[in-house]
This record gives sequence, structure tokens and C-alpha cells, in this order.
Amino acid sequence: MSREPLIFELSAATKKGFALPKLDVPEKTEALQGLAVRAGIPGFPQVSEVEVVRHFTRLSQANFCIDTSFYPLGSCTMKYNPKINEKVAAIPDFLGSHPYAPPELVQGNLEVLKTLEECLVEITGMDAFTLQPSAGAQGELVGMMLIRACLKERGDPRKIVLIPDSAHGTNPSSAHICGYRVREVKSNDRGTIDLDALARDMTEEVAALMVTNPNTLGVFESDILRIGEIVHAKGGLVYMDGANMNALVGKFRPGDMGVDIIHLNLHKTFSTPHGGGGPGSGPVGVKKQLEPLLPIPVVEKGKAGYSLDFSRPRSIGRVRSFYGSFLVELKALAYILTLGAAGLKEVAEIAVLNSNYIRKSLEGVYHLKYASPTLHECVFSDKFQKERGILNIDIAKRLIDYGLHPPTMSFPLIVPGALMIEPTETESRRDLDQFIGAMKAIAREAVETPELLKSAPHVSPVRRLDETAAARNPVLRWEEPKG
Amino acid sequence: MYPSDFRYSKDHEWVKAEGDTATIGITDFAQKQLGDVVYVELPAVGATLDIHQTIGVVESVKAVSEVYSPLSGEVSAVNEELNNSPEILNRDPHGQGWIIRLRLKNKVDLDQLMTAADYEKFLEGLAS
Amino acid sequence: MSYISLSDQDKREMLARIGVSSLHDLFGCVPEEIRLKKELCLPPPLSEPELLGHFENIGRKNKESVHLSFLGAGAYCHYIPYIVDNLSSRGEYLSPYTPYQPEVSQGTLQVIFEYQTLICQLTGMEIANASMYEGASAAAEAVLMAWRLKGRPRILVAGSLHPQYRDVVRTYVKNLAIQIEELGTDEKGQVDLETLKQKIDGETSAVVCQSPNFLGVIENLDLLAGVAHEHGALVIFVVAEAASLGLLQSPGAAGADIVAGEAQSFGLPLSFGGPYLGFMACRKEFVRQFPGRIAGQTKDLEGKRGFVLTLSTREQFIRREKATSNICTNQAWCALRATIFLETLGSEGVREMAYQNIQKAKYALDSLTAIRGVRRKFAGPVFNEFVLEFEGGYKKVEDHLLSKGIIGGLALEPHYPRLKDCALFCVTEVHGKADIDRLASLVAEVKR
Repeated sequence: MSREPLIFELSAATKKGFALPKLDVPEKTEALQGLAVRAGIPGFPQVSEVEVVRHFTRLSQANFCIDTSFYPLGSCTMKYNPKINEKVAAIPDFLGSHPYAPPELVQGNLEVLKTLEECLVEITGMDAFTLQPSAGAQGELVGMMLIRACLKERGDPRKIVLIPDSAHGTNPSSAHICGYRVREVKSNDRGTIDLDALARDMTEEVAALMVTNPNTLGVFESDILRIGEIVHAKGGLVYMDGANMNALVGKFRPGDMGVDIIHLNLHKTFSTPHGGGGPGSGPVGVKKQLEPLLPIPVVEKGKAGYSLDFSRPRSIGRVRSFYGSFLVELKALAYILTLGAAGLKEVAEIAVLNSNYIRKSLEGVYHLKYASPTLHECVFSDKFQKERGILNIDIAKRLIDYGLHPPTMSFPLIVPGALMIEPTETESRRDLDQFIGAMKAIAREAVETPELLKSAPHVSPVRRLDETAAARNPVLRWEEPKG
Repeated sequence: MYPSDFRYSKDHEWVKAEGDTATIGITDFAQKQLGDVVYVELPAVGATLDIHQTIGVVESVKAVSEVYSPLSGEVSAVNEELNNSPEILNRDPHGQGWIIRLRLKNKVDLDQLMTAADYEKFLEGLAS
Repeated sequence: MSYISLSDQDKREMLARIGVSSLHDLFGCVPEEIRLKKELCLPPPLSEPELLGHFENIGRKNKESVHLSFLGAGAYCHYIPYIVDNLSSRGEYLSPYTPYQPEVSQGTLQVIFEYQTLICQLTGMEIANASMYEGASAAAEAVLMAWRLKGRPRILVAGSLHPQYRDVVRTYVKNLAIQIEELGTDEKGQVDLETLKQKIDGETSAVVCQSPNFLGVIENLDLLAGVAHEHGALVIFVVAEAASLGLLQSPGAAGADIVAGEAQSFGLPLSFGGPYLGFMACRKEFVRQFPGRIAGQTKDLEGKRGFVLTLSTREQFIRREKATSNICTNQAWCALRATIFLETLGSEGVREMAYQNIQKAKYALDSLTAIRGVRRKFAGPVFNEFVLEFEGGYKKVEDHLLSKGIIGGLALEPHYPRLKDCALFCVTEVHGKADIDRLASLVAEVKR
């Protein structure tokens, strides 16, 4: 496929892409009086509808996506996005709804929000949810703010948040924005939180522990109840990053694990489309004591119907405009209602089955740093292949030649050269076997024909891209050619 | 490989002391670990630095590394060339890839740093 | 209904390969006390036809769709060319992840690159990021960015910045060493320049104001920027109605250092407030403190042009607690829709859309202020929204309109107690002359 031009390269002043209805009110020149009007928008494209359609259709064909490929990105939960949920989200009564419409006119929307909250409460075992956060990271920020507000009410917000060294980068980043210092808790040789290290690190200066369970290695923190006791004994709170909820859903509940606050990623466990990088939704669930602190507004269900409660004096405030990513939440609710309790339980069971199948098949072929049992994802490394100069990135790029999307490589930091694999529950046996076969073939190639890996990918729309040049001399937009 | 007239820190910085001035950079080991350097954040000339205070930051495409001052003093010069051509740090980390010059506060602190031989032994220890 | 693709035989064989006898055995690492003893209490699963029927019923409980609406205030009803839906609904755009493997994500990456360019062109700024969540948090991130750049504790925020945006800014800075102070509004509905001159000092990192502002009034951006820069403060201009950029002077031309706002007007339906599309743009020199993902152009091994996410060392997965923001997943698919929208309309289309908004709003303003007891509250120039003051109060007007199937402007008293009898009306290109005439005649019916 030849290189697709940038739309600006197709532009010409006299082309037309869309016809607006003619202006049907009298035109008044005074309307523009006193306005600073721009002469034009230099470089802005002007193309035909056909050119737009061809452009975006061809560009789409350059993307790997779940609809075509296995996408084992660890911690991202790239499961199938049910198409019917797109149709639900396109129902005009929802689509055309203005967020400032009087509550009596949007009872359907409020019912959707409240029902989703109730389902998430049941699924997680927490007591209340806010659906406002727009993504997992914003959920984490809300979680940190709730912790701070809660402890401040008790007299001391404290200074430190403990985060395992295996954590996702948004964890320390979110804590920092909330004014907390981060202290790393070491993992033991099983890849889980070292209880002795935690007991030492957990002081009365510590506001909270942020834990992911199962953690980013896919290992369940079996000591989670003891972990909770250690943190609570010193007056701290337990925050759970719920990104890995796919291993737990329908079978175990964070609320039963001593967790005080949790965020979920609707665009992971709850099947809403990733969209190439969002929109997501990161609802935050809390135990009763924290409920009055939730962001405003809160949806209430009363005898007369649903309403929005803004008068919550202890609330941490607002974190985004309006109510949240409403259409994303609608799709997540549709998913929950499609699966039901038994269906959700099956999600966790098969997610764990698929991951363990891959793990067993690749043990010995790739290095597994930790022997601990894993649930819905597993983390191999490039250690064996590194001896011959092959790194995880070379393995990843070669997978592309096999028509498969590479696994996650950028974390956890405790596994250098990581290959974090999460197949999810929607993959077929054939797709799993194809992935296993490709990984085995690549391991052989790493020994026999390493150059093939170093220069991979070969069959993608572009070959390996120079990320160094992109960072050294950033070109972040198209510019009109001068002269 | 590692110049014998330099001194080295555990954080992989090197120091070349000449009278009251020290030139500081990062070692070949460090630049290899980082990969292609894309950006170097330099301090202001005139800034005072204590031992182990951050001088600045070296960024590669996928990693960031803080550079710590192995000595105390006042920044008398920074290597402006790194702004235009950060790749110099990869090409010649011990020479043209120098980062700052420091007017030393306590010359005696130099003795706390490793010799070239000690640093090479230190690196061997890390590899095992 | 389930989306599992394994047969029973597959499961048996896979369990055998793993070396366990049942699925139960795979969860041995979870302590007994935590295991659920019974299934979750959720509604029974629905088949596809039942699901659709269920949600259509819930949708019918929204009575709003039978109403003609004149609401704006941060969410705007504009035409969306059908190809925006059609093209964006492709699985190749909906289902991929963030383009961390650029070789197989050139579609997404080139779209982001084009989107960044369009935002730069519209705002008159040098660089833009791949999106933020929505306008309010984008404004908050702009404030944090200015604070990191300047290090001064004070931020001056226009009182006419959208109330929700102001709330979110306050929430975000609450735990940091930042003081927010509000600037009053003069009788024209614009930021009071004299108050700004009095309040600004060498301890101010930034001045934040919105244009057109929440009251619908267009600010004198050049004057505001001049005062801010005299004191070494950064200028953050916020745009909640992006359609205004089609015709009005760009914030960049007026002297903005950072522009943040909401691009929902570009191809996103109202959808009860989300998902929307935050945007940010700034001067090139600030790039290292700029939050959010950014796509950059580069070459591949064979010299072919391609696009990658770049300058990632600003971001959380590398910089962790020192990152410019914790943002990870953003609004990429919404940015895709905006890109298709803008490229379909083109410069002529966005200009004409903005022009029609101005003309229709003027027509509505003239028709309504011709009614006795209805007065234009602010004299400052407007785009597609304006504040009207109703002698005898707005409530009975609002109720009368509702009873006739019209949602009038947003009552302002809950947001600005001094604007007791006032409401904010929005008129866009979707309102026909007949709609506006009907609004005016119904308002005229209300006894004052």
C-alpha cells in the first residue's frame, strides 16, 4: 500500500465537501459589527466528500484492530467490542440529549446512570459509585482526592502514598498530582507485595496503598486481606487499581478484600471500544464512609423518579463537565445486561483459562521471571533471546509479520524486557494456537535468523519507524510549504 | 576504555577536575543504557548545586534519567551544543558530550569518587 | 448471550494441556474467604432483540426529544455530516488500542497528526496534543501547565469562565500550592480590565479567560493578553464553543500562550454530556511541559513517511510521578470524528457554519428583544449565545415554553445569583426561522 497523502496535500480552494441548508433569516451586516473576524484559516483543507471517504477508508486499512487481529496487550483487556452496543448507543433519545435539559425530561438517561452504578456496586462489593471520571487515570486521581479529603476530615491528610514497584505509571503520576509523595514498596521473589517491606513502610505518614489485584504480572495478591489489615491498622486506606478486573469479575469482589476505593476501566473489563486511545470511562467505587465525599452531582432515585443532587457539602467537587462519558457508560450497561451474572463469571474463568493455556505452551520457550501462578495475564521476558542480542521489541515487531499485535512491553518495570500477554476471554482456540505457533517460530528465528527480527516488521504498511528522529526533531503538524 | 584521569560516581557520572573547575558528564555505560539520546535538560549557568542534587535530565525515546551532581559547586558553563545535537552524548560521552562545568566548593569531595579501575570493577559487579 | 469462542472440547483439551482438571483449579491462589458463595445478583441476561427493546423503552422515558431546544452553555447542537458516523463506525477505528505499535497503527496516527494540525490552524497556535477528556479538565490541565512553567502561586480566572470549568480547575489545584482568584465581569459582559490590572502582579502565573464566554460575550482578547504579558504572566484562552473558531479571530492571533477547550461542536452529538473532546494547543517553546499524547512525523527504514507517538518522556508511563499529566487513555475516537467533520466541512464550511450561527442568533436576539419586558443583558458582541433579562422573572417564561414543547435558554440564577431574571439562549445553524419565530411568539404570550 502506497503512502496515503495528508488531507492538506489534497486540498484546493474551490472543492466542496458539505452543503449546509441556505440561511433562512435576513442577513444583517450589523451582526458582525464589533467582532474581530479572521480573514481565513491558512492551510485549512478544502476537499470533496469522495476524497474524505477514500482518505479515511484507506487510512483505516492501515490499522490492526480487534476485529481483524489477536491483540494480547497485557493490562489493556482487548476483548471483542459487541456491535449491538453501538446500536444501543445510537438510539436517538440518548444521542440527542442535552446535559442541561431539565431532569424531568431526561429520566431515561438518569435511569441508565443509576442502574449502571447499582450493577457496579453489586459486581465489586463496594457501597457507592461515581461515574464521572473520564478514564482510569482520572479515576485514580479522584480516588486520591477522596483519600486526601477523608483523612483531612480526620485531621491529617498525611504525606505519602505507597505504590508497588510493579505498578502502572498512572499510579504514581495520579498520586503526585494530588500532592502526595510516592514511596515504592518492593515485590518479593514471588512477584507479590513483600509483607515485611509493607509493614516497615506503612507508617502514620502514609495515606494509602495503591494496589492492583491481580497485579501487573497477573499474579493474585493472595495476602490481600493481611495487606489490608496492615494498612488499616495504621489508619491508612487501600486503593485498588481495577484495571485487571477481568480476572475477578463475577467470582470475587474487591469489596470483600479490604479495599476502600477502586476504579474500574469500562473500556477494558466492560467491553467498550478503545477507539484508538479513548474515549474511556473510569468509574470509582467506594465504601460507605467515603460516599459523602463523591464528586457532584450524584444521581438519586426517589419516589418521584430520578434527580441530580448537587448539595453535598463534603463532596470533593467536580472533576469534569456534566456527568461523565455517558455513551460509554450506556454501552457498558448494555454489556452487563447481555451477560448477566453467569456470563460475567464465565468471562473471568475463560480469561484465566486462555492466559494459562498460552503460559503453559510458552514456558521454556521464553523466560518467565516469576514461577507464581497467574490469572488472566502472564509476563514473559526476552532474557533467553537477549543472549543473542534480540530484545523484546524485536520479538514484538516480528509478531506483526505474523499478523498479530504485539503484547505490552513498557511495564512492569520489575521485569526488564517484558512481554505482558493478556489474551482475554473472547479469543478462539485457533487464534490462541496461532499466537503460540508464531511465538515459537520467532524464538527459533531468534537463534537461526536474528536479522529477520532486527529488521522487522516487513509486511506492515510502513517498516520500523525512526522514533529517535521523531523525538530529536519533532514535527508535530503539517505546515504549508513556504513560497 | 574509561579515562584514567577521570573520577566516577555510582550513578555513572564522570568528573574531570582541573584546578578549581570540574567538567562533568555521564559515562559510556550510562549512554548505552539510555539508548539514543533525544534531549538534555541543562541547568542555568550560575546555579549552585550540592552533592547529589539533580543537575538535569537526559532523555532517550523510551527512558528518562536524572543526572546527579557528584560534587558541590557553582555551574560555570553548560554544553549548549547538546541543545542542537543531543546525539553527541552517545557518540562521545567522555569528550564532546560533557554536560556542565562546575566551580568546585570542596575539592576534597573528589576523593569520595571512584578511580577508573574501581569504576570498571563496579560495572563488572553490576553485570553479575 | 456470551462472546466466548471456545467449544467444550477446546476447554477440556486446554485444561489438559495446562495440567489441571477443572477451571476451579486455576483459581487456587485466591483465598477461600474471598470466594463468592453464590452468583452475583444481577438481572437475567438479555438476548439482542430483548436488549434493544429494553433500551428503546428506557430512551422513551426521555421526553426531551419531543422538544425544540435553545440550550447551549458548553454543549452545542450542530449538524453532523452523515459520513462522520459512517466512517468512524468502522471496526478499524473503533476497536484498536492506543497506537503504541506505530507500524500497525498508521491509520490512527495519521488521523491524530491531521487533527493536531487542524487544531493548530483553528486556534492559531504552534502545537496541539492528541486530545484531553473534555473542556473543563483541559482548562485545568492548562492551569497546571502554566504553573509548572512559571512557578508563581496565583492564577487569575475570569468569573465568566464556564461555572463547571471553574469548579474543575478548583478541584484540580486544591492539593497544590496554587491560589485561584476570580475576575469580575463588567456591564458589557466582558472581563473587567481595571480589576485585572489591579489584581495582577509578579506572583501571577497565568490569566485564564473564555471567549465567547459563558455569558455568550466575546472578550477583548488582545487587551487581556497585553496586560498579562506586561506582568510576565501566561495567557490561557479557553474556547467552549469551538464552532466560533470558524470565523472569529483566533486566540493565537490575540496573543494566547496556551489554548484549551471543548471541541464537541465538531462532529460529536450532545449525548447527555459525554464523551466529549477536550483540546489543548500552545507555543512550541512550552512543548516539554505540554501534557497529553502527541503524534509526530518521521521516516521508516526505507525512507517512507510515517507517524509515531512522540515526546513520550513527558508522559506517565515513563516519567511516572514527574509526568506532565497522568492522562493515558484520552478521546482519540472523538478526535477522529472531529477530524472527519472538519475535513468534510473544509475552511468554507466551518466559516459558513459560524456565519449562519451569528446571523441566526442576531435574528433571534432582535426578535426577542423587540418583545416588551425582554431586554438584552450585556452589550458586548456575541457569537451564538446571548443573555436575556425578563421583567417579572424567567420561571414563568421557562414553564410556558416547556408546556408548548420548547426548552428555552438556561436559567442563570443557579450559576450567577445576581442574574436573577436572566437566561442564556443559544441559536445555531440547526434552528430554522420558523423555530425562532415560534420561540418569540410564545415568549410574547407570557404576561409580565
